[in-house]
Amino acid sequence: MRFKDVFSIMGPIMIGPSSSHTAGAVRIGRVARQALADDPRLAEIVFYGSFAETYEGHGTNLALLGGLLGFDTDDLRIRESFAIAAQAGLAYAFTKGKGAAPHPNTAVVRLTSASRQIEIVGCSIGGGNIEIVQVDGFQVKFTGAYPALLITHQDRRGLLAQITQTLSQAGSNIVSMQVERKSRMGDAMSVIETDHPLPGAVIEEVSRITNVHVVTKIDLLAEVSK
Amino acid sequence: MRFHTLAELAALAEAEKKTIGILMLEDQAEESEMPPDEVFAKMAEYYQVMKEAIRKGLTEDTNSRSGFTGLDAQRVMKRLSESEACAGEPADRAMAYALAVSEINASMGRVVATPTAGSCGIIPGVFVSSQERFGWEDRRMVSALFCAGAIGYVIANHSFISGAEGGCQAEVGSAIAMAAGAMVELRGGTPMQAVHAVGLALKNSLGLICDPVGGLVEIPCIVRNGFGAVTALAAADMALAGVRSVIPSDEVIGVLREVGAQMPEIYRETAQGGLARTPTGKAIMKELKQNRGRGGG
Repeated sequence: MRFKDVFSIMGPIMIGPSSSHTAGAVRIGRVARQALADDPRLAEIVFYGSFAETYEGHGTNLALLGGLLGFDTDDLRIRESFAIAAQAGLAYAFTKGKGAAPHPNTAVVRLTSASRQIEIVGCSIGGGNIEIVQVDGFQVKFTGAYPALLITHQDRRGLLAQITQTLSQAGSNIVSMQVERKSRMGDAMSVIETDHPLPGAVIEEVSRITNVHVVTKIDLLAEVSK
Repeated sequence: MRFHTLAELAALAEAEKKTIGILMLEDQAEESEMPPDEVFAKMAEYYQVMKEAIRKGLTEDTNSRSGFTGLDAQRVMKRLSESEACAGEPADRAMAYALAVSEINASMGRVVATPTAGSCGIIPGVFVSSQERFGWEDRRMVSALFCAGAIGYVIANHSFISGAEGGCQAEVGSAIAMAAGAMVELRGGTPMQAVHAVGLALKNSLGLICDPVGGLVEIPCIVRNGFGAVTALAAADMALAGVRSVIPSDEVIGVLREVGAQMPEIYRETAQGGLARTPTGKAIMKELKQNRGRGGG
């Protein structure tokens, strides 16, 4: 099911004018910021399809930038995103992409902080709902409807069992799990969606597992700083 | 959720002797492991945002950032106070309220996507005007929002709700169908009648393209929300009178998907066809680009 529940149809409360081009863009931005897990200094955004054709009119650029600043869909500060980004020292560039994209409303977001860089590909599938389809070149699929862990690790026998056992011991229920590896025994990424947000201590524990590199937490339901 | 089709939804509601709204509320609570009261409170907050958008749309300056739309809701209300409406007072009021919310949306105000922002006027227009007319309590309205959500959930998972994927039929069409079904429930119709209203309403939207001028959710989106509210009331009346959707509503949703999937990209929210490419549409787009060049909004 692409749409999980009644609130993926009714809602969100949002600043207009377009749930795909505004609310969905905010959420893609928020996921990118959370995946970076650091203050972004530079944001390079490429829009495809309807995003590319109409982003200025819809304020998709304001909305995506608002998400990168950590705003939620109904935050009136979205209207002032350019000025707020400038104050926060976040440089940004929006360009139109050429060629095929996974969905008519697709954004590629490359974020750079003082110490990290990340690239995500997000699609806005309607009504403010999103799908993240790529993280740092790994094919994934998650929606932000549930809290998620993004785990980069080596492809090693038994590693996934260690991760899931850690979550199980913490009393966490897994909604979905995907694993993508670039090569046998090479770099891999796992995306695990859980019913409830995971405490920081559990995430720490996962990140200490041998051959796990980086663990980041995505949670669009988390409170937003006002 | 325990249902995937409208037929299953109606059968479940009738077997359990519940309204579709209550069934949806309970299933949502189960699915999200949240107490029903909390789930209800979230939807109740949405309803307050809808009412507030109507109030603002009828009283404040709703000229959009582009300057090409705004204040149409207030024009309709003004005429309604001076003269007999062609479609009748209740229809015109629903239409004006729907225009008001869509105008708030276009001017970057706060709305609830139902199911999208482009179609955010229809459900509030139908709900709030009907509540005033029939004197229903808020609780009843919020329960009916769950009914609208259940219908939208089925449509979204079997076809589309965004203009970029399936054209305006998917966006405004879905909202009309959701409002029509919920209105049947509000007036005491059966779950099966509510489902028939969905099919009747959707059939009237099939093929509708998404061709916004300049890519903005303004022309023709705002007036389509106004018309949509009236169509929803009409579909509810047909279903309550016993008119059936001979092609079952689930099959009509299948047609929505078929037509949406075949629809050329120029008619799927890219501003490259239809009204957006008329001489006037192109002139407006050109003017918007020039304004931006001068540093305007």
